[in-house]
Amino acid sequence: MTEAVAPRAEIAAPARGDLEVRLKRAAEAIVVPLVALLAATALFSVFLLLLGKSPADFFALVAQGAFASWFSLQNTLQRAAPLLLTALCCAIPARLGLVVIGGEGALALGGLAAAAAGIAMTGAGGTTAQLVMVGASLVVGGAWIGLVGALRHWRGINETISSLILSYIAIALMNHFVEGPLKDPASLNKPSTAAIPDVAAIGTIPGTDVHWGLVIGVGLCVVLWVLMSRTTFGFAARIVGGNLRAAQLQGLPVGRLILIASAIGGACAGLAGMIEVAAVHGRANASLVVGYGYTGILVAFLARHNPLAVIPVAILFGGIVASGGLIQRRMGLPDATILVLEGIVFVAILVSDTLYGRWRIFQPRATAP
Amino acid sequence: MSSQWTPGRRAVVKGLGAAALTAGIGVSARRAHAADLVVGFIYVGPKDDYGYNQAHAEGAAACKSMAGVKLVEEENVAETLDVQKTMESMINLDKATLLFPTSFGYFDPHMLKVAEKYPKIQFRHAGGLWNEGKHPKNTGSYFGYIGMGQYLNGIVAGHTTKSKKLGFVAAKPIPQVLLNINSFTMGARAVDPAIRTQVIFTGEWSLPVKEAEATNTLADQGIDVVTCHVDGPKVVVETAERRGMMTCGYHANQAKLAPKGYLTGAEWNWANVYKSFIEAAQKGAPFGNFVRGGLAEGFIKTSPYGPAVGETARKHADSVKAEIMKGGYAVIKGPLKDNKGKDLIAAGTAYVETAIELESMNYLVEGVIGSI
Repeated sequence: MTEAVAPRAEIAAPARGDLEVRLKRAAEAIVVPLVALLAATALFSVFLLLLGKSPADFFALVAQGAFASWFSLQNTLQRAAPLLLTALCCAIPARLGLVVIGGEGALALGGLAAAAAGIAMTGAGGTTAQLVMVGASLVVGGAWIGLVGALRHWRGINETISSLILSYIAIALMNHFVEGPLKDPASLNKPSTAAIPDVAAIGTIPGTDVHWGLVIGVGLCVVLWVLMSRTTFGFAARIVGGNLRAAQLQGLPVGRLILIASAIGGACAGLAGMIEVAAVHGRANASLVVGYGYTGILVAFLARHNPLAVIPVAILFGGIVASGGLIQRRMGLPDATILVLEGIVFVAILVSDTLYGRWRIFQPRATAP
Repeated sequence: MSSQWTPGRRAVVKGLGAAALTAGIGVSARRAHAADLVVGFIYVGPKDDYGYNQAHAEGAAACKSMAGVKLVEEENVAETLDVQKTMESMINLDKATLLFPTSFGYFDPHMLKVAEKYPKIQFRHAGGLWNEGKHPKNTGSYFGYIGMGQYLNGIVAGHTTKSKKLGFVAAKPIPQVLLNINSFTMGARAVDPAIRTQVIFTGEWSLPVKEAEATNTLADQGIDVVTCHVDGPKVVVETAERRGMMTCGYHANQAKLAPKGYLTGAEWNWANVYKSFIEAAQKGAPFGNFVRGGLAEGFIKTSPYGPAVGETARKHADSVKAEIMKGGYAVIKGPLKDNKGKDLIAAGTAYVETAIELESMNYLVEGVIGSI
């Protein structure tokens, strides 16, 4: 993959040709994923035809359920909100070449920490309580995935495996606290912590149904894009991801970079947990573990770990999931249909990576000296 | 991975992608007939899980043939914003006016929030503790006293077991589950007080790998009859059949999964409940906010006896069932000790199936091996 895109990176075009090169690159970056999406659509249509269902009906329902009305659009945005943050948990460490898939656990623990902090802040002002909750979730989520980075750097433990296993441990820990020390005795048949105070709840954006978590998620995507693309930290981090040996030879603080990037990712997932608690559930319980962390991995990979690209991809996923219900109800297709679509889109976009640099039309002409 | 990214490219790409999906395809909404009552059913797992969700889906399916009724169903809906959005989507896009969110975790806060927003839509929830004054008027809950079914399971198991050791695979130690474990054990011990029930908690409602492990562990201990309380008993029943154990079913009928070892089962009978709600809605009659019932009211039923159930067991279970149908039958009654030897209920006190005390059960009775 790196080889396929390398020519673009190395082009040192003269000032006059700069615009042309930029335009061609932009065009390539639009056309390639578009071709991938079209190919995925075609493949999925074949799948539907094999089931004896109409692809036209299907995509009409996706449009109706995900984007075509104000209600549907809000539905889509709402479902995208947690994915923005869990995708960052995978995307940020990925820039350093780490495949971290433990966002689900960091979300669960972040949510638990936020709920505990919120309960402890009962009686305090709303903003104070919210800030303490945010702080708690950032610290706990960050520490959890930071641990993955530390294990990787100092003990050489594969971060993919350790983050997955730590995720199971995190969920077990959350269940332990929710069903044990932090259990609200009144939550009989659905063990939960006590409720956070009402003033600490996160409300909706005025005029919409969508909670502020969406704005926080989009904001963090932008901030982290700036961090990873426009700062020395981001530059150093990308060098670590590109070539670890080279980074070490340059004297870059590889361990610190890995630790910080992992902690940032974990903090994002922890924050997602805090938002779930403060905007949706009002308390922490097993409902925090519904797979946002895992869907986030998919979103991050499709966005090629670019924090800014996470935004549209998360919205696309939100839309697909939002329309999934309508497809079940109207077409009588099982829930798994949407998973098949997601899978085909995923594979098509990954395969499309090989197309970069293959089409002459997008290549800059050799410029005369 | 590529490290050269220009801002906004992906945004444009995805926007175009979405546009490509939507452009040029007419939106063909299939609208319900104006006079139809649209009823929405929401399940937390798959509709064919041989368990909790299947029981509700079978109840829903029984209403399909009712005149002037259109069903909309959605499965695998998580207990989070997803279910709120599914309810709203059913209301806004399908014009549903009566909703049955069937999973326990849908009640608070999800169903309550949506119900406040749509005061003209009726919401009825399976199992929630609806409170007058505290919860919206357009909401309510329904549930059945299925512990009685587990008691009957226990009687049949008690007659059938040779090792005098029974097994119970349970999800979480919450009151509903504890009542089932205790009822099953007391049914068996009514046959022979020497019988013990080993309980294993898996910690989750649906965790097939752990459920299989638990069942195998029970088999290794020489236990010969198992039952369970998890969302989908399929894995437990199939594993037990493979290991040559006998099973009592739960939620729905699992006889197909264990043709040799399936004894009987405690099943929901939601068809009855849903039909009466829908009839009330069609007539415009008020329908209850807190609806409960047991065997007598047709809220629960028992699976037909399997081939391994002997004549004595059938007779005994049938006679107790007839007693339960008369009403006022109490399984949990004094004198009763818990499994650590502590006195729980004094002689002379009895909790019939409707007793509110049972809803906060926090103990395992004598004869159960395990701890909460």
